[in-house]
Amino acid sequence: MADAIAVPVLALKGVRKSYGIGTPVETEVLHGIDLRLGRGEFCALIGPSGSGKSTLLNIIGLLDRPTSGTLEIEGTTTGDLDDAALTRLRGRSIGFVFQYHYLITAFSAVENVMMPLLVERGRPDDVMRGKAEALLARVGLERWKDSRASHLSGGQQQRVAVARALAADPVLVLADEPTGNLDTKSAEGVFELMRDVNRERGTTFLLVTHNMALARSCDRTIELVDGRVVAGQPA
Amino acid sequence: MNRLLPFEWIAAVRFLHEGRVQSALIVSGVAIGVSVIVFMSALLSGVQGNVIRRTLTAQAHVVVLPREELARPLRDEPGRTAIATVQRQAQRLRSIDQWQTVVEQTRAMPGVLAVSPVAAGPAYAIRGNANKQVTLYGVDPAHHFRIVLLDDKIVAGGTALTGGDILVGTELATDLGLALGDKLRIATTGGLAATLRVVGIFDLGNKGANQRTTYVALRTAQPLLGLTGGVSNIDIALADIYAAETVARSIAARTGLEVDSWIKTNAQFFTAMNAQTLSSMIIRLSVALSVAFGIASVLVVSVVQRSKEIGILRAMGTSRGQILRVFLIQGGIVGLSGSVLGAAMGAGFVGLWRATALNPDGTPLFPLSVDPWLFLAATVIATLSGVVAAITPALRAARLDPVVAIRG
Ligand SMILES: Nc1ncnc2c1ncn2[C@@H]1O[C@H](COP(=O)(O)OP(=O)(O)OP(=O)(O)O)[C@@H](O)[C@H]1O
Ligand SMILES: [Mg+2]
Repeated sequence: MADAIAVPVLALKGVRKSYGIGTPVETEVLHGIDLRLGRGEFCALIGPSGSGKSTLLNIIGLLDRPTSGTLEIEGTTTGDLDDAALTRLRGRSIGFVFQYHYLITAFSAVENVMMPLLVERGRPDDVMRGKAEALLARVGLERWKDSRASHLSGGQQQRVAVARALAADPVLVLADEPTGNLDTKSAEGVFELMRDVNRERGTTFLLVTHNMALARSCDRTIELVDGRVVAGQPA
Repeated sequence: MNRLLPFEWIAAVRFLHEGRVQSALIVSGVAIGVSVIVFMSALLSGVQGNVIRRTLTAQAHVVVLPREELARPLRDEPGRTAIATVQRQAQRLRSIDQWQTVVEQTRAMPGVLAVSPVAAGPAYAIRGNANKQVTLYGVDPAHHFRIVLLDDKIVAGGTALTGGDILVGTELATDLGLALGDKLRIATTGGLAATLRVVGIFDLGNKGANQRTTYVALRTAQPLLGLTGGVSNIDIALADIYAAETVARSIAARTGLEVDSWIKTNAQFFTAMNAQTLSSMIIRLSVALSVAFGIASVLVVSVVQRSKEIGILRAMGTSRGQILRVFLIQGGIVGLSGSVLGAAMGAGFVGLWRATALNPDGTPLFPLSVDPWLFLAATVIATLSGVVAAITPALRAARLDPVVAIRG
């Protein structure tokens, strides 16, 4: 993995995040995070509740900005980018899977998977649809492609969300407790799916989980306590 | 997904379809508002058009009169007025100087439909022992009855006038027991008189006018009124009735005569009409505003309901502009579909009115005027109002912080 370290998918240096800046309740929740993720890594982010995992994931996902420190995605420094440029970079490079599925209920399963491509290109076309159908087949939901998102079970919805996260061929997929809301069997199924996709496509995954068994089966586990990385940095 | 449509349109249509109960309610609200506006506009322009038509087919749009003979205030020394109030002289019948020239010049003016020299004055209509005060109008039927559309108002006989003929109103005919072919004696204050034959009876739609108005040939009236070779006024009809004031001023400037327009002589009528127009404008505006607020409030609720979906769309690379447009388009679609439905309902109301609001004799109470432009304007304005009403909710949606939306 020498070249993976040479061109990291993700590099954070001294990332700090404070909430309530300029108010009496100003609090720093991330205290200088340094972190690198190489291409194809499958990495778990663990830590107690309130330790800052979601905050860190939102910053990495370009949904939030750090108070200080730098963040690079595939060598692109993100600090100077404006909101529109961040949105474009996010759409191109990063896929999200959230705890509560969050499919768009007005659309069918396959349309949800097409969505990242649709918002990027503006109009639907057959190539998009073909790609979305292939992804749905990959997550085992080919039969359900025309079902309304709200008619699927929790596990099925989360599989659709994984397919959707992959639609734009991102280098990095961020998953915030993707299995936290599922029963054990569905949780394992979704986890295995992500693991397989990671092996097949070499997509880098960073997933927050409270499930230690799942975390142990990742390539690497990063532990966050009170806004500091306490374990899991490569030597 | 329709591949001809861009993402924003697809999402807008899907969101409206998903919330179809809300969408149906607000579209109905818009439709009702638009139908009220359409119907009120048709009613108002129908009423006003009817009044104007009735008024302006029974009178000249512009009247040229002789120069007024002014009495001057008495002064005993310069700058001081001895007798402050000056009574107008009783105006005796005078002819317009050079009236043939004025008639010719006026006929050549653009927008002038008809010009009719008139010799008019007071007279008595006498039959047996009965006698009634009337106004005797000496006219040339070929010109004058293009100003006063008497052919539409004639109830017996015709409008042709030879030297010994007279046309009278229905009221005078009843009072004096006149029928077609009867003889009627006309006497003027100058002691002159003539016996004429009734060849037509008309109804001007107004009791007073039907009592007083009589028409004879210009050459018959002139000597009776002491105006031999002269005319007391020149009546004019215009293509554009609202140009009357301008035309009147330009004739006055050119001839130095006194010229009145119907707009000036009917000032009160105009004030009443303007008040009517204003109050209907206020009603229409209030309806439009409440429709716009309705659309805005439904969309605000929709933005709150969809904040998580908006957050996830933003996370997957949807720009603020795209989110903004999704909601603006929803406002526009609601405005458009509501107004198309409302225009159809308004047309239905107009049809219902036409079928039910009838005089006892089956003729319409008054005609509603349905201008196709009214429908187009209502549709365009409602669609734009929908988009404008959507601005606030759309901005809220576009400014939503995805982090807050997804966590919340
Ligand atoms: N918008 C905010 N304003 C103020 N404080 C915040 C905000 N968001 C998060 N915090 C605080 O930052 C800290 C880290 O929160 P974060 O959600 O990142 O924790 P977490 O590790 O994801 O916890 P969990 O495992 O419960 O999801 C917490 O103390 C939280 O209260
Ligand atoms: Mg969290």
